[in-house]
This record gives sequence, structure tokens and C-alpha cells, in this order.
Amino acid sequence: MLFRLLWTALLETVWMVAMAGVISIVLGTVVGAALVFFSDPGLGRDWPINRVLHIEQVLSAIVNVGRSVPFLVLMVAIIPLTRLLVGTSIGTKAAIVPLSIGAIPFAARVVESSMRGVDRGVVEAALVMGAAPLEVVFRVMFPEALPSLVLGFTLTLVSLVSFSAMAGAVGGGGLGDLAIRYGYQRFRTDVMIATVVVLVALVQAIQWVGQAISVAVDRKR
Amino acid sequence: MISLEDVSKKYPGQVVPALDGVSFAVEQGDICGIVGLSGAGKSTLIRCMTGLERVDRGAIHIGDVDITRLRGAQLRQAQRRLGVVFQHFNLLSHRTALGNVMFPLEIAKASPEEARRRAEELLDVVGLSDKRDAYPAKLSGGQQQRVGIARALAANPSVLLCDEPTSALDPITTQSILELIRQVNAEFQVTVLIVTHQLSITQQACDSIIVIDEGRIVETGPAQEVLHTPTSRILKAMVTTLSWS
Repeated sequence: MLFRLLWTALLETVWMVAMAGVISIVLGTVVGAALVFFSDPGLGRDWPINRVLHIEQVLSAIVNVGRSVPFLVLMVAIIPLTRLLVGTSIGTKAAIVPLSIGAIPFAARVVESSMRGVDRGVVEAALVMGAAPLEVVFRVMFPEALPSLVLGFTLTLVSLVSFSAMAGAVGGGGLGDLAIRYGYQRFRTDVMIATVVVLVALVQAIQWVGQAISVAVDRKR
Repeated sequence: MISLEDVSKKYPGQVVPALDGVSFAVEQGDICGIVGLSGAGKSTLIRCMTGLERVDRGAIHIGDVDITRLRGAQLRQAQRRLGVVFQHFNLLSHRTALGNVMFPLEIAKASPEEARRRAEELLDVVGLSDKRDAYPAKLSGGQQQRVGIARALAANPSVLLCDEPTSALDPITTQSILELIRQVNAEFQVTVLIVTHQLSITQQACDSIIVIDEGRIVETGPAQEVLHTPTSRILKAMVTTLSWS
């Protein structure tokens, strides 16, 4: 009984985190790369479109707003959007929307800092070889930053696990939901403890896999 | 082959110009040393010549094009006529030695087979055929610089610009890198500019010398002549660091 409950909840959490992870990592990478691209004098900083739109400043401000709204508030605030996108505001599917939106700014900053960590000399070497700005991003910055990007994405997934537990509080399903409905409201201490153990194991597993991949793709050692 | 006319550059917020009316020309096939102390304007000169910085005034001709007039795709096309060797090598850590030499060829849209063939050939020239599958982290400084030189030569440039090419290397490795630079100069008839604060390098490798100080050229001429009878204050001071054999 306990095992079945835990297993179902774990699958729900993994599903939520995986879906929101893919969405937020893809969109966060786009936003993070844009933040770097439009602030770099060798890349897009001096493009006419950026002179008019100030893309980096605008995106950065939006990211900061996203990062400062507490996840619980964000989740409730965007209920109309969630309904519009997935047709419902409760359940696992509905939780994916706020989870993704909440993690995009986080992933964007993670990607931005990884890309800024790429050796300036290597970027300039590519530029003086006549590499176009987008070639620098895709053929120099992303591959050079890969080990650091993988660690950053790992961090994003771990954050999503804890966000997803919060989503449980508003009927989002998953391990957080289980802990609150059984562990807290029905005084089932055994469920509470088991949930925490599973959550810890999940985070450990994500971290372990992420680190292993990062080491495997790192050519600097 | 390469000539600068009245190149001036002042960074925003700075009172003193980094480059102040710099003019010189280097003959096809020459090895020219540009020497100066830290802050003399050497780095700015390189950044302007490679198109990383825009000049305020003047012209920089590489071959028959003035790169200061070019933008975007045209500038990138012109940059491929210039091979650059860096003090800290600046190799891509995620690519092998061979992959690094192939990189400028890929950027220039060479076919993969062509890029590979040319890169293998160049690794052979710099004596690193046996290290072609090694990542930069597994190579010594001298080996990394050899890859850097092969990479700089890959797109068949008419000018090889070396920015402090041996300043991160020990004296023995320095010798071998200078020999390699002289060898590729002879073999590929490429014009070489070596920018350095190490005067001994110009003594060993250069045909002519240009001395810059505070953004201006203060002395220029054939290497042996200039080194034996320095006239500028700065070169007189630098020459005392040389040991004559």
C-alpha cells in the first residue's frame, strides 16, 4: 500500500520534473544565450536591432522579475495562463506550466554564467579567424562551456524537484502532494518519512548522474 | 603586404591615446618584430590589426584591402587572410589538436575532407603528427603553441601575426618555436609580425624591428643595425638586457 502510493507519487514527480526540465532548459538556454550575445561587443552588442531594443537589458529585467516572484505565488498567479495552455489548473499536467515558467529565469542565469566562463582568449581567437557571431556561440561557446552547462542543468533539475514538491500543496500531485495529504493531514508519520527519503534519493541520483556526465564531457582534465 | 597609415586609437574615458599616428609597412616575406614595454600600445595595435577594435583614424592594409573600412561578412573574409598566434595559445579545449587546426577551415567553409587533409599536412609541418588526437590539456605549452601555429596557417594566410608567441614558454621551447616560425616563413612565404616585449626574440628571429612607446613608433630599421646602435631612450634601456654572443 505504502509502496504503491510512493511509487505513483515518485512517477508523477519524475514526470513533472522531466517535462518542466526539458522546457525550461531549452527556453532558458535561448534566453541565457541571448543575454550573453547581446551584451558582448564581439557578438551582437552593437547590432542595430540591439541599439533600438536594448535586448539584453530588457531580458535581464524580465529574468529578475521572474526570479523574485516566490514560486507559490507564481503558481497561483498564472492559473489563467495554465488553464489556457493545458485546460486545467489542478493535477500533474497543470503543475508543469508554472514549474517550467518558474525555472526558465533560473536556467537562463545558469546558462549565462556558464557561457561567460568561457575563456575570452578562445572567443577572440575564433572572432579573428573570421567566425560569425552565431558560429562563435554554437561552435565555440556552447561546446567549450558544456561541462559547466551540464552542472548548471543538474542544478536546475534539483531546484525543480523542490519546486514540484511545493506544487503538491495545491493539488499538483507527486511526492509533495503525498507528504501533505497523508503525512501531514492524516498524521501518517511513516508516509512523511518515506516521502522525504525518496526525495533525498531522487536529488542524490540527479546530482550523481549530472556530475558523471559533466566529467565525461570535460576535456580539460 | 601589410601596411599601416597614421593609425590612431583612443579608448573612451582615456586621456592619452593608445595609438597615436602609427605608420609602417612590412615587406612580403619579412619577419618583423614589434617591440615595446607593457602599456606601449602593442596589444591595441594587435587588436586593431585583427579587427577586434575599430581605429579612430588611419588605414590598415592587409594585402590590398583596408580592413578598417570593412564590416560584417567582408571583414570576416579579410580576417581569414591573417593568421594569428596567441601568447596563451587559445586552443579550443573540446577539440583535439587536429580538430583545432581544422576549425578555421570549417569556418571558411572548406569541405570536411579538404579540411582534414590540410590539417594533417600542417600538423606534420609543425612536427605533431603523433599528437593529432590529443586534447590541448594533454599537450605541453610548446606543443600547444605548435598547434596554434598550424591553426594560424590553416586558412593559407598571407600574414602571420604572432602576439607574444613565446612569452609563456621556457627558453628552450622558445628557441624551437622561433625556429618553427622561421621555417614556416621560408616554406610558405608568409609575412610574419612578432609582437613582443622580449627583445632577445627579435635578435634571434627578425629581419626588421619596430619599436613603439606610448602609442608611437620611436625607432625602426633592420634588426642587427637597430640593436647595435639604438637611438631611442626605450630601446637603449631594453638593449642592456640582451647578452651578445
